[in-house]
Amino acid sequence: MYTPHTPQEIEEMLRVIGLKSVEDLFASVPQEYRFPDLNLPEGLTELEIAAELNEIAAANATSDEFISFLGAGAYNHYIPAAVDAILSRGEFYTAYTPYQPEVSQGTLQAIFEYQSLMTELTGMDISNASHYDGATATAEAANLAYHHFRGKRKKMLVARSVNPEYRETIRTYMTGLKNVIVHGDEPLNPGEDQISKLLEMIDKETAIVIVQYPDFFGRILDYTKVVEKAHEFGALVTFVFNPTALGILKPPSAFDADIAVGDGQPLGIPLSFGGPYLGIFTVKEQFVRKLAGRLVGETVDEDGKRAYVLTLTAREQHIRREKSTSNICTNQGLMVLAAAVYLSVLGKSGFKQVANLCYQKAHYAAEQLSKLAGFELAFPDAPFFHEFVLKTPMSVNEINHRLEEYWILGGYDLSQTFPEMENQMLVAVTEKMSKDDIDDFVAALEEVTHD
Amino acid sequence: MTEKTIYELSQPGRKGFIFPASDVPSTPLPEAFEREAVNLPELSELDVVRHFTNLSHLNHSVDGGFYPLGSCTMKYNPKINEVAVRLPGFSQTHPLQPITSVQGNLYLMYQLQEWIQEISGFHKVSLTPAAGAHGELVGALIIKKYHKDNNETQRVKILIPDSAHGTNPATSSMSGFDVVPLPSDERGNVDLVALKSNCDETLAGLMLTNPNTLGLFDENVVEVIEMVHSAGGLVYGDGANLNALLGILRPGDVGFDIMHFNLHKTFSTPHGGGGPGSGPVGVSESLAEYLPGPIVTIVDEGDEDNPPFYGFYMPEKSIGRMKAFFGHFGVLVKAFTYIAMLGPDGLRDIGEKAVLNANYLMEKVKKDYFLPYDRTCMHEFVVEGTWKDAPGIHALDISKRLIDYGFHPPTNYFPLIVHEALMVEPTETESKQTLDAFAAAMKAIAQEAREDPELLTKAPHTAPIRRTDEVKAARDLVLCCWTPEIL
Repeated sequence: MYTPHTPQEIEEMLRVIGLKSVEDLFASVPQEYRFPDLNLPEGLTELEIAAELNEIAAANATSDEFISFLGAGAYNHYIPAAVDAILSRGEFYTAYTPYQPEVSQGTLQAIFEYQSLMTELTGMDISNASHYDGATATAEAANLAYHHFRGKRKKMLVARSVNPEYRETIRTYMTGLKNVIVHGDEPLNPGEDQISKLLEMIDKETAIVIVQYPDFFGRILDYTKVVEKAHEFGALVTFVFNPTALGILKPPSAFDADIAVGDGQPLGIPLSFGGPYLGIFTVKEQFVRKLAGRLVGETVDEDGKRAYVLTLTAREQHIRREKSTSNICTNQGLMVLAAAVYLSVLGKSGFKQVANLCYQKAHYAAEQLSKLAGFELAFPDAPFFHEFVLKTPMSVNEINHRLEEYWILGGYDLSQTFPEMENQMLVAVTEKMSKDDIDDFVAALEEVTHD
Repeated sequence: MTEKTIYELSQPGRKGFIFPASDVPSTPLPEAFEREAVNLPELSELDVVRHFTNLSHLNHSVDGGFYPLGSCTMKYNPKINEVAVRLPGFSQTHPLQPITSVQGNLYLMYQLQEWIQEISGFHKVSLTPAAGAHGELVGALIIKKYHKDNNETQRVKILIPDSAHGTNPATSSMSGFDVVPLPSDERGNVDLVALKSNCDETLAGLMLTNPNTLGLFDENVVEVIEMVHSAGGLVYGDGANLNALLGILRPGDVGFDIMHFNLHKTFSTPHGGGGPGSGPVGVSESLAEYLPGPIVTIVDEGDEDNPPFYGFYMPEKSIGRMKAFFGHFGVLVKAFTYIAMLGPDGLRDIGEKAVLNANYLMEKVKKDYFLPYDRTCMHEFVVEGTWKDAPGIHALDISKRLIDYGFHPPTNYFPLIVHEALMVEPTETESKQTLDAFAAAMKAIAQEAREDPELLTKAPHTAPIRRTDEVKAARDLVLCCWTPEIL
């Protein structure tokens, strides 16, 4: 299909090689397995596949057709047209990792600017060129801590209010290391709160404490004491942050976090059924030689002109091989570009505006919903950003099912991952929602729960 | 040309984007947590578009020119893929929507699982890994869990040929294994004697890239796999070079137990300047329950009037979750589109033309460059970038000089077992005319190396910048723009 060879060219090429047929090129492949018959549908033309793709896509319900209150790690934000215009440039998306700086300055400078934007956003000293997503960035933070203590500290302390899929990912990554214990995220006992539980558990075996900000339930918790105690015992602290929230909230650096990671999807990356997203990874300066992944640094060329290169590559797998602490190679280059363009277009005022709109609309929604008979906020006293937990009078699954008739996708059913949270819905509200959308949601909830 | 940074372009008070005013009553921000505005640049939309467009002009790309970067499979990325992924039905679906509302996505993922299984000969595929190295980590963790479940925790050793990518040993140590390098024999195959001496009760597995990074198909692959299996080990196939085998050989058929597939190499999804990739993993039947999930399955077969109903499941003995949600769905849409358009004949055509192109180019280039393993290659080949009668000329100089001729350099200094290596992978989408032009440039450079070596050692001459000071970059460590403090 995409091969340009004419029959005459194939003949000429074979003549140069000195073989009679294309089949002869494969003499070293065991004959009994050579040229298998593949049981696949016959190839389609572009016209046919375009029609088929439309049909497949049409079998989905989208966040454009429905009003969606789903968040829980992926958020429905507006993406300025300029973002995709830049991402659609073949010069960016058909290039590879910038190994040859002379012909990759575009990608290198874009990553360098992304690194700069991430340090501004988080207040941290250093950002790398990204990880796969928020979950793997969090797991790599635990991996960094393990190696920071040369494997001597075995406890990875993770708050229960860290995204459950991130916690699972940390556990998977840690199975490769010797005798590491991941804990702290067991269900809380009645009356127990997240912060005091963590405070109790921090000890001299603790390598890292991982907390989320705002947490998985949307709450803005004050982790000052957790950080203090962790540092007292020499442990590192990682904040898993939501980048949009940092438009109005104090950055992780203000709490003296050692590592701050997050998923960059809210920064101009489409929902796309869960990926590809962007793993943001930032650290204090002292960890610059310990963080995994690529780093772009500024330098000069032979004429003294400013230039950018991949730097500190001696940490990485292609140099250190089995002595490197992570195997990461490919990262999220194009998503890095999306975040850089998104933050550049929104700029200082636009980014603050979007964060504030999320906050305002979520608070309006929370207030209206908590007035409904049978509904209440699960954490009425906790400040929150753009997500909150709503207690419901019947199963969230049933409510969401009924809401579909109203063209509404209800919030995330927390009982799926938190068995102790039956009849509790995690509601997310972004700038894309109007007051009318929220009012419609409130009215629909009232109807579906009072038949 | 030097392009200013976004911070240097910033003008206080300038705006590029405005959101509608709030339509809800105002709630005060939580005072204790409130911050000043983030110090982001202040630009117009045109400033931003022009800046990034100018940056794009500084890149070499597949759309712009030949990109024979060995082991990276820089093939053409069809434009229909980009249209496909942007269909709102795909791009606007939330990963936590009710399963009933995303049957299109699940159908697509299920088909892709089935197709990759059929193409590769593996029993079951998980689409969740985010990149090749991520898939390797899956493989190593499966090997670990499998031996643990069989009470064979003494199996701590992973064998890795000396021609392997750096990710193989890095993955193995990340998974808690001891890495034992295996030498290659004089034909570039795994050294069978060294392999045999390591086949004992501590053997956990072998990580094998076939064709290997020399571009050579291991002629003893069946024997190698049998030796590892009879010692109780598993064989992991690094699928980085699968392009050469499409329609030619199914790795599962020759006994590989586990393999990852780089959708961004073999299945035409763009490299994106270094990601996003996608690294689905396939396994043999006995390892199917170890895969990471969620994996798509048919929950209800349906009937004449109703299509099958799809859902997710987590395999019983799964190594666990590798990332949030279900993998790089957007990348999967592109790979699906590509395979659907190719069909069985198109796939074999790729394998054949990739190998034809590499051998044709190798034949031309080897007249002027030493080819250490002189036999029919697969999708790529490796020559030495050095000559006795051109002292002071290195593979790096040849690479940089190629830039002046309009080509992206080959992978250089890899694999490590070839002195001054230049690793060339043309891919199947390049025409004979492009290959001829590249071969002519290589020939001209070989001549320049003798006659006017400065042309090489000072190259590139026509790129946006000259060679860079990498020592300074590592010593001074400037990792972000200078930014003005907020007043």
